[in-house]
Amino acid sequence: MEPILELQNLEVKFYTLDGVVHAVNGVSYYVEAGKTLGIVGESGCGKSVSVLSVMGLIPDPPGKITRGKILFQGKNLLEYDDAQMESIRGAEIGMVFQDPMTSLNPVLTIGKQISEAMVVHKGVSQEEARQRAIEFLVMVGIPNPVERFNDYPHQFSGGMRQRAMIAMALSCSPDILIADEPTTSLDVTIQAQIIDLTKSLRDQLNMAVIWITHDLAVIADLADTVVVMYAGYIVEEADVYRLYENPLHPYTVSLLKSLPRMDSSRGNERLATIPGFPPTGTIVFPGCPFAPRCRYTMERCTMENPQLEYFEADHKVACWFDLENRRAR
Amino acid sequence: MNNRRTLVEVRRLKKYFPIQQGIIIQREVGAVKAVDDVSLEIHFGETLGLVGESGCGKTTTGRTILQLYPPTSGQVLFDGMDLTKMKGTDLRKLRKRMQMIFQDPYASLNPRWTISRIIAEPLVVHRINQGGKKSEKVEELLELVHLNSTYMNRYPHEFSGGQRQRIGIARALASEPEFIICDEPISALDVSIQAQIVNLLEDLQDRFGLTYLFIAHDLSMVRHICSRVAVMYLGKIVEMAKRDELYDHPLHPYSQALLSAVPLPNPRATRSRKRIILSGDVPSPINPPPGCRFHPRCPIAVPQCKQEIPEWHEAAPQHWVACHRVSRV
Repeated sequence: MEPILELQNLEVKFYTLDGVVHAVNGVSYYVEAGKTLGIVGESGCGKSVSVLSVMGLIPDPPGKITRGKILFQGKNLLEYDDAQMESIRGAEIGMVFQDPMTSLNPVLTIGKQISEAMVVHKGVSQEEARQRAIEFLVMVGIPNPVERFNDYPHQFSGGMRQRAMIAMALSCSPDILIADEPTTSLDVTIQAQIIDLTKSLRDQLNMAVIWITHDLAVIADLADTVVVMYAGYIVEEADVYRLYENPLHPYTVSLLKSLPRMDSSRGNERLATIPGFPPTGTIVFPGCPFAPRCRYTMERCTMENPQLEYFEADHKVACWFDLENRRAR
Repeated sequence: MNNRRTLVEVRRLKKYFPIQQGIIIQREVGAVKAVDDVSLEIHFGETLGLVGESGCGKTTTGRTILQLYPPTSGQVLFDGMDLTKMKGTDLRKLRKRMQMIFQDPYASLNPRWTISRIIAEPLVVHRINQGGKKSEKVEELLELVHLNSTYMNRYPHEFSGGQRQRIGIARALASEPEFIICDEPISALDVSIQAQIVNLLEDLQDRFGLTYLFIAHDLSMVRHICSRVAVMYLGKIVEMAKRDELYDHPLHPYSQALLSAVPLPNPRATRSRKRIILSGDVPSPINPPPGCRFHPRCPIAVPQCKQEIPEWHEAAPQHWVACHRVSRV
């Protein structure tokens, strides 16, 4: 199948007073219609920056896309001018941001904010946009949508605001929905509601979804393919079942081991930890960026940065550590 | 385990925040019933987990136990002494024995103070280690939380989230307390750092015989760290049991829904699991539903639930629950 969206070798840098921050260093991934791509990583690993560049939302200056292509339905978005980007942003690519409290306009009603995109992009009348906005509010499970249409964001709870954001992102029936940590600030019960909603809408509308999170459990539930990012690089990319059954990169392995498990009691066993801290983007490593925290570091790891290579079909990893050794582990 | 000594006993604790109206003549028009009739016991050396959705009153419960909020009614017995009847010097003397670790490591450290001043503050307040030994004590505390003692004269902004949380822990340990309330100490941290902090808390507990009240919404971490768990909903505790008992055999429909909503870091397990999705949001604590507070969202509610407040009873040995639909032993 043709990918809806494909990033090729994307590189994003921020030129700050403290030096150049290498936020995204040659990242490639793609997503197909009806599928979900999960991007996992800790804060500062470049996962959000990579999707913000898709939306053309990297502030320039200080940010700059220095290399690579972003192909949306075969066309390179980086060659689009502002007006062309505006016609795509919100219409063909919908985005849900992390913090529903700050990404809604507090002085406009929820209904106004949802219908606005339809009036702008689809050229429908105010009244028709209102009708459709109410339909979307019903779809995302807001009770009393006709009355709630005229509410302001502060009258909504956190979960309802996030559902309103999703309604907004979906209002123009986009081909792809990008969700940047959409459930991080929500309770587990609301998170479960949002995940189920996303799954059913994805299947109903045959939409592609990119879901960014630091929570490996959420991704296990939702994604078809998972990309693990560290320090602006993709370190592992795999089919979701393969990744959890046979994680290869030492970073992925340690992340999974450091999670407490709710499905079984481990008694008083200690959690595995990753020593040290994630690196700041200003330092450029000649070798593998994870080498300073890795248990399997060899001499080569500090000299050369490994490339993402196939280990088996649907499973790529960037690591020098001998794959045969790891298979035996 | 049953006849262990109780360190903290909370009896029918209530905390109502008044809602006032009027500019010059203020009238009380209602109250936010944040904590409504909560009773619990915390034994020496154990970790009691307090879980629930945001806004259910778990943080207020913690703060009211420490008398940071004066309780509306009820008793808090700390080592046999009733904190609610104490004032001034007597209370301050006891405060030395109980401390708190806060959720947000960015907001809970004064940005204009050096690390040594922050950590030494409890020593000044409680007049411990007076004289020239303060810096030695601070060094010792920094070592306890695995921070380099040369950081003493730095400011909070120079540290990462995980390091700041360690500083918060060092400050809590300064007065050599017996009881520490950990109010979501890891929810603001990256996944790989969470495990480090949790292991540190466990080590300190073993070393000093600390007793923790661990407030959290991350149910997987609670299963890892706690020995008993209490589930809170809208100002009331609905279920309390030993950890494995609660996770393997939850009795209250709310606990069942809450546990089923937690995603597992295993694609097969998490997708094959049956989830109980609760509809709607938590109702307002200003005007909570009559009878059982959970009845509007409860999948198994009967007419009785609307009228009568369910009794707190022992449904299985050491397994307490407040629900009409759960029979007694």
